[in-house]
Amino acid sequence: MARNVSETRRWTVTFIAWGIALVIFFPILWTILTSFKSEADAIASPPKFLFFDWTTRNYSEVQARSPYFRHFSNSVVISIGSTLLGLLIAIPAAWSMAFQPAKRTKDLLMWMLSTKMMPAAGVLIPIYLLFRSWGLLDTRLGITVVLMLINLPIITWMLYTYFREIPGEILEAARMDGASLKNEILYVLTPMAVPGIASTLLLNVILAWNEAFWTLNLTTSQAAPLTTFIASYSSPEGLFYAKLSAASTMAIAPILILGWFSQKQLVRGLTFGAVK
Amino acid sequence: MSMMWRALMGACAVTAMGAPVLAETLTIATVNNGDMIRMQRMTSSFTEANPDIQLEWVTLEENVLRQRVTTDIATRGGQYDIVTVGNYEVPIWAAQDWLLPLEDMGEEYDAEDILPPIAAGLSRDGQLFAAPFYGESAMIMYRTDLMEAAGLEMPERPTWDFVFDAARKMTDRPNEIYGICLRGKAGWGENMAFLTSMAHSYGAAWFDAEWKPQFDGEAWNRALSDYVAVMNEAGPPGASSNGFNENLALFQTGKCGMWIDATVAASFVSNPDDSTVADKVGYALAPEGEKPAMWLWAWTLAIPSSTQSPDAAKKFVAWATSKAYAEEIAAADGWANVPPGTRTSLYENPEYQEAAPFAQTTLDSIMSADLANPTTVEVPYIGTQWVGIPEFQAIGTTVGQQFSAALAGQATVEQALQMAQQIAEREMTRAGYPK
Repeated sequence: MARNVSETRRWTVTFIAWGIALVIFFPILWTILTSFKSEADAIASPPKFLFFDWTTRNYSEVQARSPYFRHFSNSVVISIGSTLLGLLIAIPAAWSMAFQPAKRTKDLLMWMLSTKMMPAAGVLIPIYLLFRSWGLLDTRLGITVVLMLINLPIITWMLYTYFREIPGEILEAARMDGASLKNEILYVLTPMAVPGIASTLLLNVILAWNEAFWTLNLTTSQAAPLTTFIASYSSPEGLFYAKLSAASTMAIAPILILGWFSQKQLVRGLTFGAVK
Repeated sequence: MSMMWRALMGACAVTAMGAPVLAETLTIATVNNGDMIRMQRMTSSFTEANPDIQLEWVTLEENVLRQRVTTDIATRGGQYDIVTVGNYEVPIWAAQDWLLPLEDMGEEYDAEDILPPIAAGLSRDGQLFAAPFYGESAMIMYRTDLMEAAGLEMPERPTWDFVFDAARKMTDRPNEIYGICLRGKAGWGENMAFLTSMAHSYGAAWFDAEWKPQFDGEAWNRALSDYVAVMNEAGPPGASSNGFNENLALFQTGKCGMWIDATVAASFVSNPDDSTVADKVGYALAPEGEKPAMWLWAWTLAIPSSTQSPDAAKKFVAWATSKAYAEEIAAADGWANVPPGTRTSLYENPEYQEAAPFAQTTLDSIMSADLANPTTVEVPYIGTQWVGIPEFQAIGTTVGQQFSAALAGQATVEQALQMAQQIAEREMTRAGYPK
């Protein structure tokens, strides 16, 4: 009897989990399906789910109209570049906050996080003027630095949380053995925090990949990533849903694949410290 | 100096001299609609004739483009050499010296051929500041079969009462046929475009001669009450979320009896590839009340004063808005696909008249639009379905939210108008009106 109950419970939980997963994934699935429809089928009422004339025409039209690979390479350089640059600054910062906390460390962390609450539009014009003066408009370097600065509070917070899990005694032992500060961070702390750093890296690559406000405003053509590629297919006067879906599928495919292969690290990153 | 070294130096010198000639790249910001995308496809004839000019396209959604281009031009960022702007922005930007005047467009350009209402909206002190790429007004698109079944005949220009009556008679809710589809989504370019045009036709105005908002007037009350009533009785469900695209989808799938919107929609609903009712669509002029409902919009190509390549930019603008360009499009895709609403010569062309059954209605709609006199009372602004002041985008969208709420049943018409009056008074005072 007990076995039956547990079997029923297992099936119920599995069923609910799959149901929730399907609901969450459905918009992406619908986008992918729409990308293979004609524009007429894309707006058909009642909607056509699987039984329509499948076509790859939208993909070929998108490919012919936009330099997809330029946008793709810009996205790769900007998202990975900004994350690596952010890690370079955040690892020492998180180390000092986790292992050498001062009286105001907590306040400093909160202040860093509070900068994320500021509406981006409020500082658009000053940053635009600075970029214009420094010749950074529509450059990969400029947008990489801005995205690094935007994500720096999150990178620092995540690393701080991971570093706090590492016993300080281990670092103390390394110091007793004569390790310099550089060696302590490079050869003792970093290897122990690799899972945390990997999670931070992955999450921030995704955040930078999806960032749309600054990438739309500070790039034009040469440094424009995939967010501007998608924006070019949206229209308030004209039904281009199938083409927009094809462009969206092409833009999210790389990050979706990355997420699929690194889901363990991502889940660990998002749930780290949740249960103690 | 060795021979090789000399050759290398010589090659560098030649490259340096040739570089400025080879490297003139024009960055063109444009919106994503059918005519603009066709222009991108057709540019090979321009680049072949002008091998020293390369084109870089930046296509963005209309509202993103507007915000992006405004930021760049206001800060003189110089990111764009040619921008696609509407006739709402052109007079405002020209007054700020953000746009270069379009002088000396070449002998063959024939600026006199541009339709007078369109040219007037793009000029300042008689000088053209943007070249119209295509122009549009508003019209009624209706289902001829449903109109016949309702026992009605659509006049050339119906009254609002006729439209409301027809909408109620054409409605067949069990079969998902709705007599009328109108914009309900909040936004200065969405529901407020239609409602401003409708209210002007009822004799209402946004502001009096002292720039005092007029939403507390009787004309606005009548216009908004009629709009909400007919949409509740004969409109589709969830109409407060419907903009141009949603109504286009409803009409193309046979769910709307009538649709009053931009004339550009005519080419979509009459295209049998996308529309299930392409062979059953009739066209009529926008309704009239105390005055005909007016609507005038033009997508134009303008040159920001921050450009580094004014001559090359002018060359491109002259090509893309010329009569020769229209002929190139006609040869490639047929006359029905030529950008409409800008040149008199197009409407005199018998081939175009035959290919575009909505041509005469479009022309009549554009020609009847009077930007300076959109309503029965004197107003201090220009604009038919918009108001030509910089503050209108923000005020229009906020007021549009109130009217959208009234349509959704979240507020009464009186409450929405009262809120609109308060918002408009506050924002106009903040902006320092009267100026």
